[in-house]
Amino acid sequence: MHELSIAESVVAAVCERAGDRRVHSVRMRIGAFTAVVPDAMQFCFGLAVEGTVADGARLDIEHRPGAVHCRACGADTDLADMLLLCPCGSADVAVTAGRELQIVSMEVG
Amino acid sequence: MRATRRPSAPHDHPHAHSPATETISLEEKVLARNDAIAAEVRSRLAHRGIVAVNLMSSPGSGKTTLLERTIRDLDGDRPVAVIEGDQETPLDAERIRRTGCAVVQVNTGAGCHLDAAMMRAAVNKLDPSPGTLLFVENVGNLICPALFDLGERAKVVIISVTEGADKPLKYPHMFAVADLVLVNKVDLLPYVDFDLDACRRHVSAVNAGARVLALSATRGDDVDAWYDWLTAPAIR
Repeated sequence: MHELSIAESVVAAVCERAGDRRVHSVRMRIGAFTAVVPDAMQFCFGLAVEGTVADGARLDIEHRPGAVHCRACGADTDLADMLLLCPCGSADVAVTAGRELQIVSMEVG
Repeated sequence: MRATRRPSAPHDHPHAHSPATETISLEEKVLARNDAIAAEVRSRLAHRGIVAVNLMSSPGSGKTTLLERTIRDLDGDRPVAVIEGDQETPLDAERIRRTGCAVVQVNTGAGCHLDAAMMRAAVNKLDPSPGTLLFVENVGNLICPALFDLGERAKVVIISVTEGADKPLKYPHMFAVADLVLVNKVDLLPYVDFDLDACRRHVSAVNAGARVLALSATRGDDVDAWYDWLTAPAIR
């Protein structure tokens, strides 16, 4: 359950920036290749905010699909899973999207 | 707000009615703190010629047995030290200590992985001498440890032949970060249904750059290739 550690990191980061202000919502970007499950993230975020200035805050998650660039044929392809293969059959690919794990913004006031 | 919205509609966005709210753009990596500590650890270790190797696998794949043999076989080549991560108990550290090797046990409690702060604290406690080969035995788990940079030089994922050759496809995140995959317990191959070639193909499918070595930590089959990898210039 690494989502709990991640939720604690997110809450610590936003609370530090919020100071005394109340955090109403937090927006995260989570890529398909990060091993972070959005439902588990929501659950753990709800636990991690308890007793902080973000208590009760809503978590909005932007899901980013994975994508690769093929060095053999030059094609860019969206991938539904982590089998890093270009449709041309080449495994010589660079991951161009799907590894995002970011705090995008927060709403305070 | 849509003009058609009825006045009695539920307030599912109560914050929108407060004029005092402000949206702050953060755009920061969630693991920025972990990664910063890992970078500090990596720099400190490099400065002292210490090479850290992060060993990850499911519980029971033979990490501790492999370490016991490796420490004995590399005896005297260079100083070796071990950071042992487990949820509970000092049992693995005691096994390593019996080899005469310096060891620190980190118990994560409810935690399912080591993170860079735990690594830094363990390195401080262990204070390895310059040139040490430092093994980090991560918590037995094929998912969570993949996400956390510890400041290591290389990540090694161990899979044993009793686990099934399809593990790289089932746990792609872990195999995707591996520099080296060790297939352990090959002495049991005659007794289990494990297709080593299929396992190699599955590793390649999620990580084309990973090397795969098959060995037996209990019987000693093909451990020399592992020792060669540990002493290769890329690791030193």
